[in-house]
Amino acid sequence: MRVDHVTDNQGLVLDGVRISLDGRVLVALDAQVGRGETLTVMGPSGSGKSTLLAYLGGFLDPVFSASGRVKVDGVDLTALPAEQRHAGILFQDPLLFPHLSVIDNIAIAIPEDVRGRKHRRSLAQAALEDADLADFGDRDPDTLSGGQKARVALQRVLVSHPRILLLDEPFSKLDADLREQTRQLVFDRARRAGLPVVFVTHDAEDARAAGGALHRVGQP
Amino acid sequence: MTGGVRLARLAPPLTLAILLGPLAFGLAGTALPALGYLPDLGGSDFTTQHFTELAEVPGIWRSSLLSIVIGLVTTLVSLGAVAGFVASDLGTSGFARMRRMISPLLSVPHAAAAFGLAFLIAPSGMIMRLVSPWLTGLDRPPDLLIINDPLALSMMAGLIVKEIPFLFLVTLAALPQTRHIETMRLGRSLGYGRVASFTFLLWPPVYRQIRLAVFAVVAYATSVVDVALILGPHLPPTLPVRLIDWMNDPDLEARFLASAGAILQLGVTLVALIAWVGLERAGGALAGLMRHNGRRWRRDMALRALARTVMGGSAAIVFGGIAVLALWSVSGLWQFPDALPSSFTWKSWMQALPRMSGPLGTTFSVALVSTLIALTLTILCLEREYETGRGRGGGALLLIYLPLIVPQISFMFGLQVLSIWLGIDASFPALVLAHLVFVLPYVFLSLSDPWRAHDRRHDLIAAGLGMSRTRTLVRIRLPMLSRAILTAAAVGFSVSVGQYLPTVLIGAGRLTTVTTEAVALAAGGNRRVIGVYAFMQTLLPFLAFAIAIGLPGLVFRNRRGLRV
Repeated sequence: MRVDHVTDNQGLVLDGVRISLDGRVLVALDAQVGRGETLTVMGPSGSGKSTLLAYLGGFLDPVFSASGRVKVDGVDLTALPAEQRHAGILFQDPLLFPHLSVIDNIAIAIPEDVRGRKHRRSLAQAALEDADLADFGDRDPDTLSGGQKARVALQRVLVSHPRILLLDEPFSKLDADLREQTRQLVFDRARRAGLPVVFVTHDAEDARAAGGALHRVGQP
Repeated sequence: MTGGVRLARLAPPLTLAILLGPLAFGLAGTALPALGYLPDLGGSDFTTQHFTELAEVPGIWRSSLLSIVIGLVTTLVSLGAVAGFVASDLGTSGFARMRRMISPLLSVPHAAAAFGLAFLIAPSGMIMRLVSPWLTGLDRPPDLLIINDPLALSMMAGLIVKEIPFLFLVTLAALPQTRHIETMRLGRSLGYGRVASFTFLLWPPVYRQIRLAVFAVVAYATSVVDVALILGPHLPPTLPVRLIDWMNDPDLEARFLASAGAILQLGVTLVALIAWVGLERAGGALAGLMRHNGRRWRRDMALRALARTVMGGSAAIVFGGIAVLALWSVSGLWQFPDALPSSFTWKSWMQALPRMSGPLGTTFSVALVSTLIALTLTILCLEREYETGRGRGGGALLLIYLPLIVPQISFMFGLQVLSIWLGIDASFPALVLAHLVFVLPYVFLSLSDPWRAHDRRHDLIAAGLGMSRTRTLVRIRLPMLSRAILTAAAVGFSVSVGQYLPTVLIGAGRLTTVTTEAVALAAGGNRRVIGVYAFMQTLLPFLAFAIAIGLPGLVFRNRRGLRV
């Protein structure tokens, strides 16, 4: 497992986070999200909720100005570049890398300090098995069904050992059945991995299912 | 964000230096001798004498005017055909067919297309053979001046068939930025015909995007040398051809005149561009008038048929020309008016190949090296643009187009003077650099759109997985964009293969390519040898495109998400 300079065990702390555009404050937030807990951010489209995720992930467009601090277990992420934050993210689309096989999509996410080809591959295979996709490793990702793709995307982000998990309306494109199932799976795995989750949605039912704290942005 | 690809920082300034350095130094190197300053030839005083001499050269104004007319007519006809075809056939199966033919059409070098056209339309050419003697009653070639005609009609035709695929390509690249399907439907639901819907609603935003490419066509057609040598008029020739004659004059004094002429060429191209802007205004006003009277122009079949004919005809001429070139290269005895040679032989190839190996090696290595440099710089520039979010403005685009809009001949003269002065003329690096000035813009233009269209969220996911920018670039972006990258490489390769003027001037006759050798054969008129060289000249870029199209399909044959 990753060895961090862990100074506490509080999970994600948002300390006086303010994001503004042309002097207009879009998001103002103080919050603590413990390990395995979820902070749901709700708001209409264009309200800045995805901007918050971009800020947390480290890819905020320079047109926005932001202040405040983001810490995970005492590690300050605010000044780190995106690739050193280990902020795993799931989008509306699964966005599997189309040129890699299903198993390589997962293997590429395994941290660099995990050495040995065989070892890495067996970890990826285990992740596939965990998603009931044991025999799908050599498949072309584009031939999977929507639900299968979503599961691969979830496993991909989990094997990278993120510090936090950012969800950018990842269920909004799934149909009702699959949506319920996938939602449960994602929150279940995040809890099991002890990940603080920030969940952005405009769907009230999503918000209810997530449990945890709720923060509204934009006009009510 | 701090963790970018390190080398990418250097790429934008280096790219600008490669694009603008030769341009600036070249123009200076042309302007100084034009004003009498060239110490190596004893010119140390500034004078306007050479411009006075230039003004007194017989037929110089006719040559200049001819170049302007060629520039405007070529652009007007090719742009009209492309716009008419897109208007009338957007979304049809014919449109898709034409679209598939773009790459092979673009890959044919200008000189090869010009030779092909000459072999088709000459008095003893293929077309005359096909209709003789049963239709014309001729058993000897008619005594007609079809090629090299004084009005430059055949030269304009040769340029038009090659500019059409280029303008079609840039138009296709601009269309996705507009909501073209909805716009055309909207126009037609208001009762306008296809051509009217297109002209009133879709063309203005499309044209705004392709304007610089159109300027490049105007500039190219006013200053082209190789096509003019093959198809252009002789008495007097167009201005660029006269400049080359003076440049090659054994009397070195003629260099001053040539330099003054190259500055005149700059003016000629500028006048053509200003006239083109005037035509744009006039066209806009005319479209405005037609729009205001509210007529629907529903009966546009004749116009559509015309556009389709020119479009299809241009493709047929290029492909047909190449076929005739190939036929001549293996023909034995082939008398007029026989439609086919009476015997076939490899003799022309056998004789030409040993002599061709040197130029072939130069062609291949210069094209390969310049393309690789251009590709690396382009990818790093685009990566830098991605990291900083800057650099996609109109200013940057103009800088990239600048070497394509300033006439080649006006700054290549100066570069030659400079390269001789530095002692690097006829050296491989100098030739690569000269080609790079033209390869780089085309590689950049063909890669930037797919690069920018790439879904950024893939990069964000990779960053979230802890992958560095360099690793994301190598493992995610480059493989996902492999098709676009290889296509850009093929474009760069074929641009380099087709370069005539930079090769002649910087190669100084000692470094020759298949293209310079082929054009040099134009005056001789040996069709079999021309057939061999021109066919070879076509083959290299064609292979590059075949690899670009075939390789990703092979490597990613099991990856449906990467199919086009």
